[in-house]
This record gives sequence, structure tokens and C-alpha cells, in this order.
Amino acid sequence: MAQIVNMPKLGFDMAEGALVRWVINEGDHVSKGAVLAEIETDKATVEVESTFDGVLLRQLVSQGSIVPVNDPIAMIGEPGEDLQNSAPGRAEKKTPVEKELEKENIQITLTEPAQVLVSQGPPISQGKTLASPLARSMAEDLGIDLRLVHGTGPGGRITKKDIVSFQPKKPVQEITKTTSFPAKPSFEAPGTFIHETRTVPLPKLRAAIGRRMTEAKQQAPHFYVTHEYDVGALIDRRKEVNSLLAEEDKLSVNDFIVRAVGLTLLEFPNLNASLDVKNSSVVFHGEINVGVAVAVENGLLTIVNRNTDQKSIHQISAGLKGMVKRARDGKVRPEDIEGSTFTVSNLGMFDVDQFVAIINPPEAAILAIGSGKQVPVVVNNEVRIGTRMKATLSVDHRISDGVEGARFLQSLAKYIEEPLRLLLT
Amino acid sequence: MARITMREAISKALWEEMERDPSVFILGEEVGVWGGSYAVTKGFYDHFGAERVKDTPIAESAIIGAAIGAALTGLRPIAEIMTINFAFSAFDHIVNQAAKLHHMFAGQMKVPMVIRTVSGGGRQLGATHSQTPDVIFAHFPGLKVVAPGTPEDAKGLLKSAIRTDDPVLFIESATLYQVRGEVPEADFEIPIGKSKIQRPGKDITIVTYSKMLETSIKAADLLAKEGVDVEIVDLRTLRPLDMEPVLDSFKKTNRAVIVEEGWRSYGVGAEVAARIYEEAFDFVDAPIQRVAQKEVPLPYNQTLEQLALPQVDDIVNAVREVL
Repeated sequence: MAQIVNMPKLGFDMAEGALVRWVINEGDHVSKGAVLAEIETDKATVEVESTFDGVLLRQLVSQGSIVPVNDPIAMIGEPGEDLQNSAPGRAEKKTPVEKELEKENIQITLTEPAQVLVSQGPPISQGKTLASPLARSMAEDLGIDLRLVHGTGPGGRITKKDIVSFQPKKPVQEITKTTSFPAKPSFEAPGTFIHETRTVPLPKLRAAIGRRMTEAKQQAPHFYVTHEYDVGALIDRRKEVNSLLAEEDKLSVNDFIVRAVGLTLLEFPNLNASLDVKNSSVVFHGEINVGVAVAVENGLLTIVNRNTDQKSIHQISAGLKGMVKRARDGKVRPEDIEGSTFTVSNLGMFDVDQFVAIINPPEAAILAIGSGKQVPVVVNNEVRIGTRMKATLSVDHRISDGVEGARFLQSLAKYIEEPLRLLLT
Repeated sequence: MARITMREAISKALWEEMERDPSVFILGEEVGVWGGSYAVTKGFYDHFGAERVKDTPIAESAIIGAAIGAALTGLRPIAEIMTINFAFSAFDHIVNQAAKLHHMFAGQMKVPMVIRTVSGGGRQLGATHSQTPDVIFAHFPGLKVVAPGTPEDAKGLLKSAIRTDDPVLFIESATLYQVRGEVPEADFEIPIGKSKIQRPGKDITIVTYSKMLETSIKAADLLAKEGVDVEIVDLRTLRPLDMEPVLDSFKKTNRAVIVEEGWRSYGVGAEVAARIYEEAFDFVDAPIQRVAQKEVPLPYNQTLEQLALPQVDDIVNAVREVL
């Protein structure tokens, strides 16, 4: 008798989901655990795995349809099975418990910016997390950070029930691997080359970044403005300041840049904004939260420095260090990656002259930082050795124009080239 | 299938085995002319004669000692100890002789004997006659300890006990003799050392045996009305302990209550819970609960006695606690 696969409920507030793509065609064999289809909710794109072995007898909904939660989407059974006896609606009614268990088989990959999710995320518990051994092993299997789970058992213990119902918020975890940040190669050590042509499945993370970036590149008309900065003073000031600081407190060039961007954005609300296409409006964000792209295993994520304009460079530096460490340890917290309004991507440490970045939607712009280099420069009609750094701003043309981009980069110069300003507050 | 009482089931097993094998005989206090203090061997004396249904003095160590001797020389004695409380008088014979001889003498001799006895409280017999010390005997390797909870299991397991070459302590429950259940007419054995799912369910696992199986089923019926689907695993044998159905069930439900009539300390609950923690730790979703007798010498007063023994409500509450 054919088994019915239903639209999974992935969140308390999820009422329906869009079946964006069938991965398995009708008549094809599907094994338990294989990805059946991709479903998009308002928060995430999710791969639905088959909970049965068999042949996909029928796709009950077509690609692109919006399907209410728990409505049947597919039938899986024996090849050539008579579908009459097992039509949806007449299928064996599953008990709620069984349905909950099935959810465990669903892999979730987040492809949306973090803010929508995290706003409803539970507070992170401090100290030792109370959880049953089963909850712990399930969380490990599913990659759920137990600190994010609200325990409803005795004394706040996290039990299986909490892990199962945590599924909707699971994307919070996955953000660590799949931010909506521009896709760039992750900085892994190169593997040994194999002289043989191979085809390997695209890792979920790469696929998610790919979809996201395609969307950004196709929908947001980018334009690019590049500016060259004299960073000689910045490098000197940094050296000076760092000589007074303990090893773990030393400032990076990027700390200066993030601070500079935060202050400059005060003058450019248009670049600290998001387009609301549906309502033909622009949302001017009330906070300046500068995101910083961080390479992690298999991808990257954007950690967020909140209220950058109101923080000292030391506060920025300390905050970013903590977040980078958590990100690389896979222990990122929701607030670490939530709500950036502008992103800085810095490849300066890789001896890069300059590069252009893809906008991190729904932001309006992203700043790509190259390496600071000693170059010949003309000062007062003489060629001298100077230190220069190129930065390229990518801007969504639907929100802003070239002049504004150029003026932003110019305004940024007064902080980058006169770095004492950054140290004053 | 006939619905017969536990008493009839045990009686039939004994009768059929004695008919089948002339080396099987019974000895014990009041088992002959009187027909047994629980009337299990009524009619045996007249049918099988004094040679095979031996009344003995009130001397438990003599009964077990004689049974061991008979077993060593090739007979298959079934020694009845009127209650398990009296088995303490024969403790050395049971745990130091019967359980060890085969092993201490390089397997040269076998000890194919059954000790039938009665365990459990609830009949106002006072603190010394109402104990459930089953686990004490299950502590000793070399002795098989069987304690059925249904007439069918009683008959099948008793036959296996009589036919096995190891010494078996066969524990009956004082308050189960009148319980009826379906028992096949045919000659059948139920293997010793196999636990059984007596009631399938999916929400929680109750592990129990003997009298407490009946009490647990009543609790499960009540819980079913609340929508709680209880799975009951009946151990049936305390040694060797078969954990497989317990672990399978637990891996499904992730929650367990262990119910025994004896005291909690060092009990069946302690053993089963420890094994679950050892072998299914990653499936534990709530602390395992134990339901057992209150830790007091069992009172004579009926109200107090019932308060001290595990009741249906205790099980229901423990299940609610775990869910």
C-alpha cells in the first residue's frame, strides 16, 4: 500500500509552504533519506527527505504550488502499485506522534537572512544545559545547538519533544553555514588533486549559497564604485595602539574599517536601507549594524556588529573576535548573525588588489576591501612610497545611484585616512 | 483454548510432566495427603502414590538437601517450599549447593531440580510470611529464577523448568492462583530466559513481572483512557534476564517505569534501569521511575499492608511523572 508524504510543518506559525522543486521524478526509485523535493517557507528553503523506500508513484502537487501544512504532496510505494486503494485522504491516518517522528528526517537548510528567524528565537540559556540523553543525541545528529532549545521538561529539561518541536527554529543553526552572503570560494586548504574527472553532488551549503546569490545577482541591479585609500596613517596608528595592548586585545585593520563604515553610514541612510519590493517602499533601518563576512568550513557567514556607530573601536574589536571564534567553532549565537544592515567583506589578508562582492540581500550595499600595499605614489610632483588600499562598493541601483556610492567612499576616506577620528570616541 | 486458573495451569504442568517422565517426583510440606497448602497438588497423592508425592517434615533445608541428592543421582525432583520466606532456612542448600555443584565439579554432575515456591504479600500473613525476596535468589549465577504472571506462561515455563538440567527456582504469586487466562491444551514449553511484550504500546514502557503484571495492566487500562499507550514487558525470568524486548521497547518509547512487588532497594527496578542506562543511554528521554513496595517490614493491618504494596495508582502516578 502506497505511503503518503505530507507537507511538513516546520514551524509553529507555518501554515503552508511552496514546493519549489521536485528532486525525484514520478516513477523513479527513492530511498529513505533521499531528498524528495525542495520546499520554501517564508523563512527558509528546506529539503524534504523521503521517509520511505520505494518508487515515487505520484507527485500530488506541481512545482511552484503553495501547499497547506500536512496536505499530501507525494505517494511512494511499489512499482506499478494500484493507486486507487491508497489515494490521499483514504491513506492510513497517522498519529501525531508518528508525524512528529517523521519530522526528524527532514533536513533544513536556511537560505534567508537571519533576522526573520532569530527575532522569535528563544533566549540562549546560560550555564549548563539540562537535557535528556536522547535529546542530546538527537540534537547532535540534527546539528541543533541545545543552548537555543527551550526545555519544557521538569526543571526546564530539554526532552525529545522539545527537539522535535525545535525543528522550525533549526535554521538558526544552519545559518552558521549558509548565510545569504555573496558566494565566494571558502578558504579551505587545497586538497590533493585527483587526475580523474569526477562528479560529486553539490553540498547543500554550496547549493543554498548558489541559489541565494543567483537571486541577488538577478534581481538586484548592481553597480560598482572603487576608491583607493591612503592607509599609511591607519597602519601607523594601529601599530602605535597595538604596542600598548595585550596580544588578545590588538586591533585589526578591519576593526578600523568597520568603525569607519559605521560612522560614514550615519551620513548615508540610503545605503543602510532595504528595498521592500512588495510595497514599493524603502525601509530605512534605525540601527547601523555592520556585518562582517567570515569564512567558515564549507562556506561563510556574516557576523553582525550591532550599533556600530555607537561603539568604540575596542568594543567593536572585542565583539567581532568573540563572534568569529564562535562562528568558526560552530557555536554561533542567533544575535551574532542577525540583522546586519550593511556588510563589509575583507580579503585584505590574501594579497588581493581589489574585488567586487555580491550584495547580501536585503541590504542595499556591500563593501569589498582589498589588501593594503606599498605602491609608488605622486605627492607634490614627486614619486614616493605610499601605502594604498582599494575598496569597491557594490550598490543596489534600485535604491541608490553612482554619485551616492562615490560620495560614500569619499566620506569614508576621512575616517580611514585620518584614523585618529576613529580612536576619538 | 480453555480459560483456566493459574492454579490449574501449574497443576496441569506438574501432572503432565509426572505422567510423561517417571523420574519426576514431588516433595514438600503438606503436598501429599493434604494436596498442597495452595491446593496445587490436590489429587496427586492418590494418583501417583506416596513414592512420587512425598510429604516431608517441616524442615526446608532437609527438603532442598534431599532434592539435591535426588537430582544428583538422576531423578528430577520438584521441591515445594510453602512460601519463599521459608526458603531462607534452606538458603545455603539453594545458593551454595544447588547453584554451584555443576560448576564446582567441572560439569560432572547435573542438578535438574525445580523449587516451587510462593512469593508476595497482600494476604495479611504478617511481615515474615509476606515478603517478595525474589531478587535475592536471582543474584546467584547457577540458579535460574522464573516468575510467571499468566497461566499460560506458568504452565509453559514450569514444563521447561522441569525439563532443564539446571536448578530452577519457580516463583508463584500468592494472589495470582485464582487469575484465569487462556492456556493451550497441547503439550508446550515456554523457554526460560525470554521476556515478552504482554501489551503493545508506544508511549511508555512498563517493565514488570509476576503479580505486578496484573496490576500494571490495570494501570495501563486507566492510562489508555487518558490517551497514554503503555507497552508492558513481562520479564517472566529474573535470571537469566532477557533485556532485548525491554531495550527494543525502550528505544521506541524512550521512557520507562519498572514495577515490582518487592522493595525498591537493590531490586529488579535497579537492575533493569541500570541496564537500560548502560545499553540505551542515548535513548533516555526522562529519568526511569521505579514502583516498588514501601521500605518497611510489611504491616499486618490490612489498610497499612495495602498502602505499603504497590498499587494501580502508584503505577499511574509514576507513568504520569515520566511522561
